[in-house]
Parts: sequence; C-alpha cells; structure tokens
Amino acid sequence: MSTGGRGFQFQEPLLFEVSREGREGFSLPSSAKPRREPPAALRRIKDPRLPELSEPDVIRHFTRLSQWNFSIDTNFYPLGSCTMKHNPRVNEEVARYTGFAHAHPYQPDETVQGCLSLMHALERYLAEISGMDAVTLQPAAGAHGELTGLLLIRAYQTAKGNPRKKILIPDSAHGTNPATSSMVGYEVVQIKTGREGRTIASLIAQEMNEDVAGLMITNPNTLGLYETEIREICAIVHSKGGLVYGDGANMNALLSKARPGDAGIDVLHFNLHKTFTTPHGGGGPGAGPVAVKKILEPYLPVPRVVQKENGFVVEHNRPQSVGRVKAFFGNFGMLVRAYTYIREMGPEGLKRVTELAVLNANYIRARLKDSYHLPFETGQMHEVVFSDKFQKENGVTTMDVAKRLMDYGFAPPTIYFPLVVFGAIMIEPTETESKETLDRFCDAMIAIAEEAKKDPDLLRKAPHQTKLRRLDEVKAARELKLRFNFEA
Amino acid sequence: MLKTIGVTSVDGLFSSVPDPLVFKRPLDIPSALSEIHLKNHLRDLSRRNAHGEEWSLFLGGGCYSHYIPSSVSYLISRGEFLTAYTPYQPEVSQGTLQAIFEYQTMMAEIMGLEVANASQYDGSTGTAEAIRLAVAVTKRRKALVARSLHPEYRQVILTYLKNEGVSVEEIPFTPEGSLDRSSLKKLLDGETACVVAGYPNFFGVVEDLSDVAEAAHASGALLVTSTPEPLALGIFRSPGEIGADIAVAEGQSFGNAMSFGGPGLGVFACRKEYVRSMPGRLVGETVDAEGQRGFVLTLATREQHIRREKATSNICTNVALCALAATITLALWGKQGFKELSRMNYDRSEDLKERLAAIPGVRPAFSGTTFNEFVIRPRQKPTDVVARLIDDKILAGIPLWRWYPELAEGLLVCATEMNTDEQIDRFVAALRRLS
Repeated sequence: MSTGGRGFQFQEPLLFEVSREGREGFSLPSSAKPRREPPAALRRIKDPRLPELSEPDVIRHFTRLSQWNFSIDTNFYPLGSCTMKHNPRVNEEVARYTGFAHAHPYQPDETVQGCLSLMHALERYLAEISGMDAVTLQPAAGAHGELTGLLLIRAYQTAKGNPRKKILIPDSAHGTNPATSSMVGYEVVQIKTGREGRTIASLIAQEMNEDVAGLMITNPNTLGLYETEIREICAIVHSKGGLVYGDGANMNALLSKARPGDAGIDVLHFNLHKTFTTPHGGGGPGAGPVAVKKILEPYLPVPRVVQKENGFVVEHNRPQSVGRVKAFFGNFGMLVRAYTYIREMGPEGLKRVTELAVLNANYIRARLKDSYHLPFETGQMHEVVFSDKFQKENGVTTMDVAKRLMDYGFAPPTIYFPLVVFGAIMIEPTETESKETLDRFCDAMIAIAEEAKKDPDLLRKAPHQTKLRRLDEVKAARELKLRFNFEA
Repeated sequence: MLKTIGVTSVDGLFSSVPDPLVFKRPLDIPSALSEIHLKNHLRDLSRRNAHGEEWSLFLGGGCYSHYIPSSVSYLISRGEFLTAYTPYQPEVSQGTLQAIFEYQTMMAEIMGLEVANASQYDGSTGTAEAIRLAVAVTKRRKALVARSLHPEYRQVILTYLKNEGVSVEEIPFTPEGSLDRSSLKKLLDGETACVVAGYPNFFGVVEDLSDVAEAAHASGALLVTSTPEPLALGIFRSPGEIGADIAVAEGQSFGNAMSFGGPGLGVFACRKEYVRSMPGRLVGETVDAEGQRGFVLTLATREQHIRREKATSNICTNVALCALAATITLALWGKQGFKELSRMNYDRSEDLKERLAAIPGVRPAFSGTTFNEFVIRPRQKPTDVVARLIDDKILAGIPLWRWYPELAEGLLVCATEMNTDEQIDRFVAALRRLS
C-alpha cells in the first residue's frame, strides 16, 4: 500500500504576511549600562522590514513548514550519488556539547586541546580509510574540496616548473569537476565513457601529454561501476608527469574494501555529509576534507594542526602552502559528527556499511531490471542507473516516473544524471535501508512501470498526492520573484 | 537477497575490483564504541576545551558569542529539515524552499539591496566570490582590497583569485582605523573591478563609505562590502544605504553557534541587475499546476550541474540549515528585537572600551566609531596579557601581531550581550592589575 497521502498539511503564509506590529519572540536582559548614541551620519536610515511574531507563532510556522518536506526521517530517499543514509542523533547531541559548540577559533591553543586532538585524529582516520598520507579538514563542501585539490595539483606542477594547461575529465563526472577546473585556470578535456560504462585506459593514453596537469576521476563512477582499469589509468597519467584527482563522492562503496590511494590516486576529497553521516540539512552545511599523498603535503592549506610533546599546536607558517581556502578551521561542527560516526562504527562497522550498501543496490538492480532499461549490464557497486527507454514507448519520461513516485510516498531518485545515460534514473539505497523498505520501493517502481503502459496520463500529471502539484519552473525563471514584495 | 541477485556471497559483489586492489587487512582505526562510551569519550574531549559558558570570552574577529534562543535548536533539529536534501524536487521540499525564500527576503532587507541568494559557505569564501562577480560584471581584472578587511578573508581572496588572472592590491588604513582615501584615489583606475572594504572592518571600525562608493562608481568600479558582524546593521547604515553594489556578510551571529569557527553562514546580496551572474542557489516564487503559490530553485542555468565549465562558480552546497537557524532567530528577534540587541551590543562594548581606556598605560589603537569590538594597546605584550588572564578564566582578546606587524602591540577585544556586567568588571579589574 502507498505510504503517500495528504495527511495534516496546513496552509501557512509567509512570515511577513502573519507579522503583527509590536510582537516579539524573545527577551533581552536589562542592562545597567548607559545608552550610547552612535554618530548620526552612520545611523541606519530605513529599518529592515523583519517580521514581528510571538514565540508560539514562530514555532508553529516552522513546524508546519517542516511537514511539507520529504526527508530521510520520513521515508526512503534513493537519491543517487547523494548517499542519503540515516543520520545518527548521537552525532547531533555531541556536536552541541558546550566545549565544542561554544569554542572560539581564536582561543589560545592550550585552551582548545579537545578540538585540536579531535581534528588531528580525524585526519589520521580519513588518511587510513583512503590509503593516503595527509589530510586537510578545511574545505567546507565537496566542490570546495575539489577546488582545494586542483589548487594543490597546480601548486605541485608549478613547483616542477610548469602549471600545465589541461585537466582530463570523463563525461560521466559531476558538474562540479569541470566548473572547478575552470576556476583554477585549466581547460577541460572531456573523455568519452567506454561502451561498458567505464573509463578506458587507452583513451586516457591518447589524450595524456605534458600539457595535461592531471585527471579527475570518480571511482566507482557515477554509473555505480568500479573503474577496473584504474591502476593502468593512474600509471599512464603519472608517466607523463600528471597527477590523479579522485572525486570521493562515492566512498560509501569502498570502505575497507578498496582504498583509492592504493590504486594510485594522488589527491581525493571526501563528502562527510555523504559517507560519514553528517546531515544534509536541506542543502548544507557539508564538509569536504581533502586527502593527499606525501608529494602534495607541503602544499596543503594553512593552518595545520600538529602534535608536539606537550600537546597540539596550530601552525601557520608553511611557505609552499596554496594558502587558505576558508576562514578558521573548516566546518568544525561537521567534523565532530563525522569523527563520532567513525568511532561508533570501528573498522568492522565501516566494512559492513559498504557490504550492505552494495548488496542493497544490487538487489534493487535485480528486482527492477525487467521493468526499467539497464544501459550497462556489468556488476554494480553502491548505486544503479536505469533509463526511461521502455517507458518512452508510451510517451512517459524519467521526470514523470520521478514525480509519480512521490504519490507512493518515496523521494524521487536522481534524474537525468549522469548525462551519458539518456533519461537516467539513478538510485542509491545506502546501507541503512531494510529489505522490507527496498521491497516496498521496488513494488512501487514496478507498479509505476505498469501504469506507464496502461494510463500514461496518470504519470504525466503526477504528483497527485503532494501538497502542491507540478510547479511552473519556467514562470519562476521568467518573472524572477526572489523576495517577498512588501509593496503589493 | 543474494539469491535474487544471483550471487552466492557478498564478496561476489565486489568481483569488479581487481585483486591487487582489494584491501585485505582490517582498517587501522579504533574499534567500535557503544553509544554510552562514545558519549563519555566525546564529553571528555569537549571538556579539554575552555569555552564561553564557563569562561569569560572577549573574542570576536569574525566569530561571535551571541545568545541562541532555545526554539532555534529545537526547530532545526526536526528531522524533516535536518535530514532533507537540497530541494531539487519542489513538490516535496516546500518547507525548505519557503524558509529560504523568507531568508532571502530578510537578508535583502538587512543588507539594503535588492536580492540575496540562498547562502554561501561563509563570509570569507563569499567575499572571494563577490570579487569574482564584480570581475564578471565589469569585465575588469583588478580588485582593491582594504588591509583592514578580515585578514583570513584576504588570504582566501588571494587563494581563490591567483589563478584567475585577477590582480589584488591593498588599500592601507589610517590612524582612525578607516580606509585611506588618498591611497584609494591613487590605486583606482580604469582597470579596477571593485573596491572591497570591511563594514565594520576587522578592527570593529564602522565608517561612512558613501564617498568610497562614489569614487568607485565614478571610475566604473563596484563597491563590495564584507560584514563579519551583521548585528551592526541593526543600528548602522545598511550596505545598500552607503552605496554598496555587492554586500557579503558572515551570518553566524544570527542563531548559529561559534563551533570553533564553522560552519558559518555566507550572506550574499547584490543589485538585481547582476542576478544572472550571481553564484549560488536562488529560490523563486511560482505557481503549481492548480495555480497555488509555491517555490522552486531557479536560474539553474548559472550553475555547475547545467553549465559545467561555463558556470558562474563551482559552488553546489549552500548552508541551508544555518540559513534556517538565522531565519528562525530573526523571526524571534523581529524588527524591534534586532535593533535592541544591536544597541545593547554597542552600549556594552562602548562601556568596556571606555573603562579599559581609563586604565593607565592602556590606549585605544584607533579613534573611529566601533561596533562590538575594538583594538587596545595594553602596557604588556598582547600575548602575555592573554596568557596571564587565562589564570582568571578570562579569554582576553585576539593579539594582532600575526597579521599586522605594524599593530604588534594591538589586542582586539569584543563584548556582546553574553558578557555579564560582572564579567566586564572582572576583566577591567584584571587588566588594571597587570598595568
């Protein structure tokens, strides 16, 4: 049976529409300090039109808004490449311990030994998990980690005498890879995916030369396939003086099973909000630590946390460093959560994570392969990519399938990505879903495939059960209302 | 499940990994902890930090201790907000989308500009992205950056821009702690894309930058303001009111814990005419198939997942949960509360500034108006002052020698509503003892 439905879904206006003059939702301590007058020329002319509400108004407003959201806590969220796994609540609790939440980044080192020792240990764990030598925790997100990684490659090549001009990127890569390469001043050379969905070493060899600073590769790739020629690929890039960047978005498929560093990857970013359970929060904050081989360590961003005889110290003086990529120490609150997760799982637990994640993906693949077209027939890792080829025969697209899934109470998978699969439906179940949940999801997908044949219009007009029906995105972009209109 | 898949063991699922690459030993990380032991361990670690709840903290410099109403942590902990993904599927993400639309409205109002995006990582990266936007809009390749801008923001700017062919030049500061206008005049030319100034700057100094905006505009450049403490904007003129074209802020002060400096909240606002070159996500209003109001992510054609190497930025994440915390906090403070809290911070730091300056041998470093924080020159070396006051459980301030050799005797001191009258009295007494 469908778990979708209308339920209690309240209408809730914008904050500015329910505001009433004179209401306030907080209290200030009274102060004996004398009132001061800032110079008249500096004083604000027009007050910001912030809403005026009581505390119960605010609680009710945001509680209602929350109920319009789909989330991992609500139901299965099979968003490919996003690793929507359960977020343990112990992480949230410990990150709020006063010693962490109320620590200031400019306290003297001796008063923040807890923070520094946690960061130092997390760096070591991430290095061990990825088979690398050193880690920076500073980048704030995956794309920020990519930026850092490419800056490191550029610094390395520059130190060798020539920053070089190009970066090779397979066409199945995340959009952030080419966008980041441009920001670091590199031209992108796109590498075609082979017929079996993998990067082919001989195609890399054709494009690899002394103009190429490095290769960015995602392994397993965005089709959920392990790059079987990864060693050969790394060797080819290295032989011409290039470095290999690993996009760690899919680390959930590798924990304790295969380490990127062992395959020849020189620099890799993690998405702590994917693999290491820090919550996605509706689009961030994330954290994107970067791991490197020894040859890149001198270039890591400053500052570095270093262990000395009498404790941990923060070192700023690294003449070869690429510089700073963010103020302070990175998204420390996220680092506490990831550290907590790793300590909760231990080596056996992390191994089990990957085994179950891969098992779940393969199970979905087996159950849906007769209902949805599988563009690549090879073994799958942690995610599986179908296409809408079968449904197209009835004029139904990936978008329609995705929207119809909402009526069954599931979040849609990632759609139309990777670009190398036309009409892609990318499903990543993660390890934290039970067989029963996977079965309910597969039953829904199979029922939708049947509906596509019998009643295609039902899908084209979906969703039917959600609070709102399909939204007019063209109108949004054309009319561009990006804020409340107080004058209307 | 294995039978459905058609393999006999879980290991069989990993057959595509070439044997030499299969990791065969256990990972060398500590063994698993139960939740009880885990919490004990983390509590022990957290207790190895001095923190603002037990100590008197007078540190600012871009990260501030403010009161966070209980409702904020409660609401952002709701799983429907906490464990949702980026709202790419609007029909099931209206909660996040409406909250971001409200956030964009509040930020545009506070900054006094027409549009604000859904947020950036933090103030430092937001400031670097603001320069990239100014470069894109003006098609010029030089940025003039105030030396009084947060030094770590300046470092991030250099890291971001050094490979984009943009030159960065520094504008010195005056004995008042404000931007040196005569140097600005010499540096401003037809190649300048923007002038970037802290507002307030790193020394807490708030100055009228409207003449700087005029000078920049006269030569075809933009004014970018970068605000590490946007609570100042409750009483001081908004960036829009002084003529800023792009205004960035670190929004941590709005309902987000200091958390050792991260995550922050990168507030990013600008004139409407630049919106198509703006980095980051944007939420826009629209209607659904039945004509009901709803919200969607819009103008995605600027972004990396559509434009790839031609995108305006590689940014993908916003900091939605931090933006939500800010929205809730500002809704609780409201129009009056925002102003009152701003005034209270101003009053308390002015009081502390006067009382510290009255101590023999202690001098204020700058004469300009300040908000929340200010630089003093104590009689002893600032690092010694800080070290001595640790014994009194006072975190006294930020020594400036690391970034400003010319201010080696300067200590940046901050007071907010979190510093009680008693804490302020104890700090003044302790410094008096040292002098």
